[in-house]
Amino acid sequence: MLIGIPKEIAAGERRVAAAPENVAKFIKLGFEVAVEVGAGQAAKFPDALYEEVGATVLSASDVWAKADIILKIRPPQNNEVELAREGATLISLIQPAQNGDLLERLAKRGVNAIAMDAVPRISRAQSMDALSSMANIAGYRAMVEAASEFGRFFTGQITAAGRVPPARVLVIGAGVAGLSAIGTAVKLGAIVRAFDTRPAVKDEVKSMGAEFLELEFEEDGTGEGGYAKVMSKEFIEAEMKLFAEQAAEVDIIVTTAMIPGKKSPILITEEMVRSMKDGSVIVDLAAEGGGNCALTRPNEKVVEHGVTILGYTDLPGRLATQSSTLYGNNLVKLLGLLGGAEEFKLDFEDEIVRGATVVRDGEITWPPPQSATPPPPPKPKPAAVESREAKEAKGGSSLAGILLGLACVLLLALGWGSSSEFLDQLTVFTLSCFVGYMVVWNVTPALHTPLMSVTNAISGIIVLGGMLFISSGDQAVMILSGVAVLIATINVAGGFLVTQRMLKMFRK
Amino acid sequence: MITLAATESAANEYQGLLTMAYLVAGVLFVLSLSGLSTQETAKRGNVFGIIGMTIAIAATLLSGITNFAWLIPLMVVGAFVGTVLAKRVKMTSMPELIAMLHSFVGLAAVLVGLVSYLNHGDEAHEMVHQIEILLGVFIGGVTFTGSIIAFGKLRGSIGSKPLLLPGRHLANAIMVLACIWPLGVQFIGAEGSGGLTALIIITVISFVLGVHLIMAIGGADMPVVVSMLNSYSGWAAAASGFMLDNNLLIITGALVGSSGAILSYIMCRAMNRSLANVIFGGFGTTAGATPAGGEEQGTVTETTAEEVADMMNDAGSVVFVPGYGMAVAQAQHVIHEISETLRGKGVEVRFAIHPVAGRLPGHMNVLLAEARVPYDIVFEMDEVNEDLPETDLVVVVGANDIVNPSALEDTDSPIAGMPVIEAWNARTVVALKRSMAAGYSGVENPLYFRENTRMLFGDAKETLTAVSENLG
Repeated sequence: MLIGIPKEIAAGERRVAAAPENVAKFIKLGFEVAVEVGAGQAAKFPDALYEEVGATVLSASDVWAKADIILKIRPPQNNEVELAREGATLISLIQPAQNGDLLERLAKRGVNAIAMDAVPRISRAQSMDALSSMANIAGYRAMVEAASEFGRFFTGQITAAGRVPPARVLVIGAGVAGLSAIGTAVKLGAIVRAFDTRPAVKDEVKSMGAEFLELEFEEDGTGEGGYAKVMSKEFIEAEMKLFAEQAAEVDIIVTTAMIPGKKSPILITEEMVRSMKDGSVIVDLAAEGGGNCALTRPNEKVVEHGVTILGYTDLPGRLATQSSTLYGNNLVKLLGLLGGAEEFKLDFEDEIVRGATVVRDGEITWPPPQSATPPPPPKPKPAAVESREAKEAKGGSSLAGILLGLACVLLLALGWGSSSEFLDQLTVFTLSCFVGYMVVWNVTPALHTPLMSVTNAISGIIVLGGMLFISSGDQAVMILSGVAVLIATINVAGGFLVTQRMLKMFRK
Repeated sequence: MITLAATESAANEYQGLLTMAYLVAGVLFVLSLSGLSTQETAKRGNVFGIIGMTIAIAATLLSGITNFAWLIPLMVVGAFVGTVLAKRVKMTSMPELIAMLHSFVGLAAVLVGLVSYLNHGDEAHEMVHQIEILLGVFIGGVTFTGSIIAFGKLRGSIGSKPLLLPGRHLANAIMVLACIWPLGVQFIGAEGSGGLTALIIITVISFVLGVHLIMAIGGADMPVVVSMLNSYSGWAAAASGFMLDNNLLIITGALVGSSGAILSYIMCRAMNRSLANVIFGGFGTTAGATPAGGEEQGTVTETTAEEVADMMNDAGSVVFVPGYGMAVAQAQHVIHEISETLRGKGVEVRFAIHPVAGRLPGHMNVLLAEARVPYDIVFEMDEVNEDLPETDLVVVVGANDIVNPSALEDTDSPIAGMPVIEAWNARTVVALKRSMAAGYSGVENPLYFRENTRMLFGDAKETLTAVSENLG
C-alpha cells in the first residue's frame, strides 16, 4: 500500500504530516511512501532525507493520484478532495462539526476519511491524540512567544547591578496546552500560578511546580472527554473576581479555555487588561474560537493599554519540525492500529477507529454513535487492601500463642527428671538463639546470600559429631561416621570458600 | 564435657582446653555473622568464621582420636570436593549450591544420630538422650531430602510446579504422628540396641516427609524454602549437639537455626504471606483465578531497543529492577555495561532489589556484584520506592509479581498486600519480558497495560545488548 504525503497548501502552514523518522516507521509497518516534492521543506526536512529512509519523491499530482492513503495535517482545501483517488483513505485534521460540506464532498468522491481531531479521548488512544500533541507544542510556544515579547527576565536574579524580580505568570486552564505552558514557564524561572475549573488537575499543576489557585466555591467543572464544562453563573462571577485580582499582579497571562465547536468564553475583560502593568503580555490560545480576552484579534499581535496581546492560531506551525514529528508519531500509532499495510482495515468494532472515521465507503459516519460505556466512575480508593500488620496481628498472635504454649509444655516435659547438665545445655541453646536473632537482624539484606553460605559453612561444624565416633571399633559406626565427616567437610570448605568468593565481588 | 566411652580417658586431659577452644570458636562464629552487617566488614567476618572452624577442628583432633588413617583422607577429600564446588559454581546457580550444602548437613545429622545410638552399645538409655537422637535424626532427615528436592527444583530437573496430592496435609500429619506414636514411644522404651528398627523407620519416614513437603511448594517460593531449610539444618545440628553434649554444636546450630528463621520471616513478609501459607498453602488453592478486577486491560505498547536507548539517553535518572528473569538470561553483565555508559553521561543509575527477587535471599545483589555493579548504587525496595515519582525511567528486567500494582490496588488479587516496587510511579517504565505470560503467582500484571509502560519483548540479554549498542 502506498502512503502519499502531499505538501500542505494552506497559506503559512509550515508543517508536514510526517517527518523522515516517521516515514521510516511507516516503511517498517510494510507501507510504501511517496512524498511530494518540497513537502517537508518548511519544516526543515529536505527531500533528500525522505529518500534516505526509503521514500520516493513525486510531483503533487502523482502523489494524490497514486496514493492509497493520504496523510495530511490541515483539512483538504480547494480541489484536494477531487485530486484523491476513489477508494483512497484520507487521514488529517477535519473538524467534522464545522465542515459538513467537506464530508459530503469526500463521501461523493468515495474517499474514506479519518479525522485526527475526532480520535476519542480515551487512555488507549492517547498515543494517537494529535490534538494533545499539538496542544503540548502550542503551550510551549505560547510561553516562548510571551518571553520574546516580555521586556524582562523570567527568572529572578541578583546581579552585581541589582536585583531582578522574577516574572509572574498566570495560566488559565490546565489542559495539555496549559500544563505545557506551566512547565515551560517554571523552567524559565517564573513564578507560575494556574487556575482550572476541574479540581482534579490540582495535583498535576502542583507537580509541575506551579501554585494552584482555588475559589472558595464548590463546583466541579469536569465535563466529557477531558474538557471542562460550562459553569454556573455564581461560579463564573467568583472566577472573574479572581482573574481581576490576579491581572493586576501578574506580568504574563496565558489563556487556554476552549470549548470545542463553540465560541470561547471571555475571561479577561478590557477592564482587567487596563489594570495590568505596562509591558505585560497576554497569549490567547483560544483565539481560534474568538479568544478568552475581549481584546484578542485572531492571528494578530495587538498592543492595547500597554499590554501586548497575542492571538496567534498557528503556534504549533511555528515549531514546524517538532510538530511534524509528533503528528507523524500519532499517525504511526494510528496506522499500526489500523493493521499496518498487510491488514489495513477500517474496523468499526474498534472504538478508536469508529470514533475517528468520519467517511467510509461513500457514507458519512460522523458523529459516531454515543458509546455505550458511561464515563468511568471515580476510581475507588485503594485503601481497602488489608495491611500486612493487620493480618499478622490477627493470624500471628494466636499462632505465636500456640507455639509458645507448646514450647513451654515441651520444656517442662524435658526438664522433668532431667539432669542439670541438660538444663545447662538448654540455657546455652536458648541464649545462642537470642544472640543469633540479634546478630542476624543486623545483616544487610544485600548480603543475605553470603549469610546463607556462611551459615552453611559453620553448620558444617557437625563434622565434630562424626570425628568423635570415628575411632570406634565398630565397623558400621566407623563407616557411617566417616561419611558424616566427608560430607560435613565438603560443607565447611565449600561454604567458606564460596562466601569468600562472593564477598570479593562486592565493591564500591 | 565429652563423655563418650571411646574417648573418655584421653578427653579428660584435654577437657579444659577443649572447652575453651569451643568457646573461642563459638565467639568467632558470632563475630563472623555480625561482620556481615556491612559490606566493608563482611570479608573479615568470613575470616573469623574460618579461624573459628579451624580451632574447633584442631582441638577435636587432639582430643583423643586414634583413627587418623581413616579420618584424614576423608577430610582431605571432603575439603577438595568443597573447594572445587566453590570455585566452579556459577553465581546464577548459587541457590542450587546452597540447597545442596543444606542437604549435606541434614544427612550428616542423620548419620551422627544413628552412630550415636549404635555406639551406645548395651548401656541403659537416658530418656532425654533418646529424645535428642530422635529429634536430630528426624529434623536431619527432613532437611536432607527436602533440600535435595529444592535443589532439583532450582536446577529445573524437577518441575517447579507444586505437586499437590489429595489429602496431603493428612498424610503429613499421619507421618509426624507415627514418628511420635507408636515408633517414638517404642524407640525410647527399647532396651539396648532394640530401638534400632524403630529409629530406621523414623529415618525413612522423615525422608519421605521431606520429599513430600517440598514437592508441594512452587519454584518461586524457593527463597522461603531455602531459608527454611537453612533454619532446619541449624536445628538439626543443635539437636546433634544436645545428644553429643557438645556446646559448640548447640551454639552453632542455634545461630544457624535462628538465622534461617529470620530469613524465612523476611521473605514471607515480603510476600505478605505467613510461613504456614507458603508451606501448606500454595497459590491458587485459596483464591480462585481472578482476572484483575475492574481495571481495563487495554493494549500494551511495544517498543524497540533503539527507542529504549533514546529514552535512557534522555533520562536524568534510571532505576533498574532486576528479577529472576535477569538471572535466567544472564543479563547482569550487559546491564552493568549500560549502567556504566549512562553513569559516564551523568545519568543517575540505581538498582532496586525486592526481597524475594530471584531464588535466594540477596541473590540479585550477588549477581550484580558479580557483574561488578558497585554496591552503593544497589538499594532495597523501601529505599527506592519514595524516589520513584521523581524517576524518569524504570527498567524492569525479568521481574513480574514484584512490580505488580494490583498488590496494592486490587483487594481480590492473590498477591494483595504484598509490598512491591512501585515502578508505575516513574515517568516511564520499560518492561523486558519474554512474552506476555503471567508471573509465578498467575496474576495478570496491569503494569504492562499502563500508559507510561513500554514493553520490550525478547531474551533480556539480547535485547539489552541491542540497547547497549544503540546507546553509543
